[in-house]
Amino acid sequence: MMRARALPFRKRPMTDLADRVRDIVADHAALEGPLLPILHAVQAEWGHVPEAAVPVIAEALNLSRAEVYGVVTFYHDFRERPAGQHVLKLCRAEACQAQGGAGIAKLAQARLGIGWHETTPDGRVTLEPVYCLGLCACGPSAMVGDQVIGRMDREKLETLIEGLRA
Amino acid sequence: MLDDRDRIFTNVYGMHDRTLDGAKQRGHWDGTKDILGKGRDWIVNEMKASGLRGRGGAGFPTGLKWSFMPKESDGRPSYLVVNADESEPGTCKDREIMRHDPHTLVEGCLIASFAMGAHAAYIYIRGEYIREREALQRAIDEAYDAGLIGPNACGSGYDFDLYLTHGAGAYICGEETALLESLEGKKGMPRMKPPFPAGAGLYGCPTTVNNVESIAVVPTILRRGASWFAGFGRQNNAGTKLFAISGHVNNPCVVEEAMSISFEELIEKHCGGIRGGWDNLLAVIPGGSSVPCVRGEKMKDAIMDFDYLRGELGSGLGTAAVIVMDRSTDIIKAIWRLSKFYKHESCGQCTPCREGTGWMMRVMERLVKGEASVEEIDMLFDVTKQVEGHTICALGDAAAWPIQGLIRNFREEIEDRIRGRGAAIAAE
Repeated sequence: MMRARALPFRKRPMTDLADRVRDIVADHAALEGPLLPILHAVQAEWGHVPEAAVPVIAEALNLSRAEVYGVVTFYHDFRERPAGQHVLKLCRAEACQAQGGAGIAKLAQARLGIGWHETTPDGRVTLEPVYCLGLCACGPSAMVGDQVIGRMDREKLETLIEGLRA
Repeated sequence: MLDDRDRIFTNVYGMHDRTLDGAKQRGHWDGTKDILGKGRDWIVNEMKASGLRGRGGAGFPTGLKWSFMPKESDGRPSYLVVNADESEPGTCKDREIMRHDPHTLVEGCLIASFAMGAHAAYIYIRGEYIREREALQRAIDEAYDAGLIGPNACGSGYDFDLYLTHGAGAYICGEETALLESLEGKKGMPRMKPPFPAGAGLYGCPTTVNNVESIAVVPTILRRGASWFAGFGRQNNAGTKLFAISGHVNNPCVVEEAMSISFEELIEKHCGGIRGGWDNLLAVIPGGSSVPCVRGEKMKDAIMDFDYLRGELGSGLGTAAVIVMDRSTDIIKAIWRLSKFYKHESCGQCTPCREGTGWMMRVMERLVKGEASVEEIDMLFDVTKQVEGHTICALGDAAAWPIQGLIRNFREEIEDRIRGRGAAIAAE
């Protein structure tokens, strides 16, 4: 059920999208409750869930388009638009705030010149808040792609952002 | 302090080998076949006798929950679902189990499923836990390869399959029926109860949903005996527990301790004391973000268990995620931030929660700035009472309780700010 995420996302032409989505659906046909695994796989392929994929999935699973769209928009992890090359998530929950998370967040926004849920104009970095990464004992915590980072400080963040933008 | 030999999780800090061989050396998977050989009823009775209460926050007795499952199948299969959607702000205990001691959970799944007549179990892990997912999947694969799970698990003649699925970033999926909806591939919106999952859960079949820690402690309890586990903690609050202490302590950590340890001992022994000393302690949220906060001076002698925190302090043990805040904290702003979180995570199904969380957050916003009248404090309290208990799931309660705790414990601070006496302190 678990599949390794192919990162960074392979760029695929959208022309064969419907065919490819049908393949993905077929791969998961044996599963019970296959919609979430399918959406994870679609997102792993294109970096987001393309609008055009929704009706294909709906038809294949005998669901309405509204049902599939509802699921896509319900879960924060599914994107309707591609994210930047790197996604930087900063924890905004209480334990990290106590360790100076607010200052880290401000610094990140200033350095990147963007707000929450935005992507830098060069398409390199998307900044997102996250509520609790479960790293509370070593806050403030952050996550880049699938890598978690604990005990974030200003210096570490500066180096990190420099690396992401390079 | 808990002796090292009485620890269930011997690799919480990842200092030892986390593979199957390492787990076996630490005593896991020892005599699993014999445990299964003692039969379903023995296991359930032993769990009841151990006094284990669910570790996911509500504290419902685990053995009792298992006994609700049908003894004889009516044709439908039974399922065990493990809730690894650990998303409560402040809570970071299950992560350590799955990352460093995953075999405790895998073995627990087998025994618990056997005790409930379930041939398949699902572990639902949150989307953000990527390394944990990999570690857990590795452990599951190892167990399959070694014949510990799968057909004829451990040579017991019982067939058992374990599946790992991952969520996609919705806090509400930690609620048991929302989790089942999500497993079925739908939006994670909680279901009405009854029917309870033990009657009609996953795909309409009898299902028990348990927290990771509740399941991971099972094999050790059965190996060492219910009376050993029941020997820790006060009456009705048995066992050892993973505490996750974060915030303004000198050494935040996750540590396994006996239940009913005093707050002072927990902090002094394991966390190097409060930052700036005990006089600097402002408030504590003793059980993860959904329980009411408690004033620091009441906390010093507090006993960390379900009954004391609920009965004496009007708070709760929850997931035992202890968030400590010292006097540099703007407590009103801290609670506002929680309100914002609950507003964001409300699934929108029940009106009191969908509308109420937004309402509460907006009033809180004005309290933070002191731009409100004193009467509005009572109005806000009233609103929390209208949300609490009027929703399908506990998210409405979870959004209401922190605010009630704030008003009960820090009313003066709020009034001072409204009157302009207490300048807003930066919540840095």
